Amino acid sequence: MSSDNSANEARHWAKTRNLTIWILVVWFIFSFVVHLFAKGLNGMSFIGFPVGYYFAVQGSLIIFVALIVVQNLLQDKIDDEAGLRGE
Amino acid sequence: MKGNFIDNLPKIYGLYTGGFIIFILLMALFEQLGMGADTIGILFVAFTILIYAGIGYLSRTMQVAAYYVAGREVPPVFNGMATAADWMSGASFVALAGGIYFGGHGYLAFVVGWTGGYVLVNSLMAPYLRKFGCYTVPDFIGTRYGGNLARLIAVVVLVVASFTYVTAQINASGTIAARALQIDFAYGVWFGLLGILLCSMLGGMRAVTWTQVAQYIVLIIAYLVPVIWMSNVQGFGIIPHFSYGDAVIRIGELEPVLGVGEAATESFPGRRILTNLHNAPGDAMAGWKFITLAFCMMAGTASLPHILMRYFTTPSVRAARVSVGWSLFFIFLLYFTAPALATLTKLQLLDPELATAVIGKAVEEVQNLTWVQKWTNVGMLAVSDSNGDGIVQINEFFMRPDIVVLATPEIAGLPAVISGLVAAGGLAAAMSTADGLLLAIANALSHDLYYKIIDPKADTRIRLIVARVLLIVIGVIAALVASLQLTGILGAVAWAFCFACSGLFFPLVLGVWWKRANRPGAIAGMVLGFLAGSLYLWYVRTGGTPILGIDHLRFGMVGMPVSLIAMIVVSLATEEPDEETQRMVDATRVPSGRAILRAEH
Repeated sequence: MSSDNSANEARHWAKTRNLTIWILVVWFIFSFVVHLFAKGLNGMSFIGFPVGYYFAVQGSLIIFVALIVVQNLLQDKIDDEAGLRGE
Repeated sequence: MKGNFIDNLPKIYGLYTGGFIIFILLMALFEQLGMGADTIGILFVAFTILIYAGIGYLSRTMQVAAYYVAGREVPPVFNGMATAADWMSGASFVALAGGIYFGGHGYLAFVVGWTGGYVLVNSLMAPYLRKFGCYTVPDFIGTRYGGNLARLIAVVVLVVASFTYVTAQINASGTIAARALQIDFAYGVWFGLLGILLCSMLGGMRAVTWTQVAQYIVLIIAYLVPVIWMSNVQGFGIIPHFSYGDAVIRIGELEPVLGVGEAATESFPGRRILTNLHNAPGDAMAGWKFITLAFCMMAGTASLPHILMRYFTTPSVRAARVSVGWSLFFIFLLYFTAPALATLTKLQLLDPELATAVIGKAVEEVQNLTWVQKWTNVGMLAVSDSNGDGIVQINEFFMRPDIVVLATPEIAGLPAVISGLVAAGGLAAAMSTADGLLLAIANALSHDLYYKIIDPKADTRIRLIVARVLLIVIGVIAALVASLQLTGILGAVAWAFCFACSGLFFPLVLGVWWKRANRPGAIAGMVLGFLAGSLYLWYVRTGGTPILGIDHLRFGMVGMPVSLIAMIVVSLATEEPDEETQRMVDATRVPSGRAILRAEH
């Protein structure tokens, strides 16, 4: 394996890692932080739901699905740019 | 023919779905013509099991790659459905809504935990394990860290976690089969096992994949139809999911009026009165308990081998990622319905302005309701006038949490065909999860223990025969344990997640994300994490006071930190992995190129 190749792979991995960290930060907020403040959030209302409750039954779940879709799109871009697209 | 099959999948499962809907309509017609509810229940269960068995038979194989990873040709959408069925157990289907009904906000940690875990699966695990090209989870541990000891320990953790889980699923299959077919529970368990083995034995992962897709379609129809129908009949909106906020607020207003929280003065075994408020998030301790439970369930999701191995069956790394997205979407459809179901059912029972209300009605009137009588007769419900005033109070209405889903159609006055549908759905959920778990255990024992450790020269025929014999043996042992009925369904499920994350989470994650992780570190991480978690469980279950609110549902909170620290300390104290291993880790991180392990190994 030439050094060009491994430099490319190292760049690819650095980008992959950064993306993963960002995804996990968002995941952390909607998995834990919002639920710690559920009581306060319940004072507000979203489409008729108390907000703290809404996050536990629907909001966090929708964000998890979206998070995976977004991560996959961005990861596809990272892979394609590095020419490392799998078949 | 093979390529044809994959190309024709949408058509095949489209026809299947249409056929199932026609079957439901036919049953509804028979009901109108006077067929009894019992016969309809039997037909639902028998018809669906027959179809699964047919798919299992058609998918038989004698090829190693087809048996272990379905030939790695499962398209992402279908793998998503199969994973969703694999994932959603009898507990999700039957017990989740009941848990929310009785548990209030604290219980919603399960809903968040059992969905958020897929973000971890996608970002930390699935694509890399797919690139690795392993057949089983211990296959990854054994190859990444090298040596039979690491592989063997991974097998042990896998077997303990999965076995805890599978007994609960066989128990659930048995319960549903027994009720629908009107046979004894003891026979129901064996009948359930027979159905489960028919789906998996001849075709291994290939057969399980295609039956799980079929089972997902049945279970999601069976979960959504009654909720949406009930919502329309009772005037809660066409699609209740986005409009039940008012019901949540209304319950909050009714709770103090009805005296929710008052203790019962009588007790009925297995049945509970409603004491938890529907939406009351509580203090800092309650918040801590919420997030620790959610985290254990998430890390457990990302370590449970029967889930991870589903992503070994996709054609590529990219397809593996796409299929995680589909998995969570298909799971989401059920998980965002369960709280709606729990809320609307509760409102129907509590709100005196609704015709279905039971609280505040005359005791005699409630005791004469058909659905109340039916569930009282089987010991799952009780209405008792404890204070003798002739009116049903909130602390005089006793119900087993599991029956919320099963009784909802009857409370709302839906036709009996819906109850048959729900039984078929619950059975599909329990069977599909049991199949995945049994296969995960048997494959680890046949591939990792027998082939990799005991007899590496065994030929294909012998390997696949051993795999099948193990499948039957483990199924029989699990059914024997299930027939003892040791724990409630949900206790055992949460334990499986905690066992898995205590022993496997960090060795799997760090295997990809930390090149410096080495064999002694991984062994220490698995052994000490698993032991610490198990000992703590033993401590709590034998009467020890939970430390910091970490009870038996969350013992992964003890196992995981021990595992992480042990793995880092021991890895750093010993030699770094050799160059070959480090190159292997580099190659795992690159999505293109050949898999680390040969296609047939």
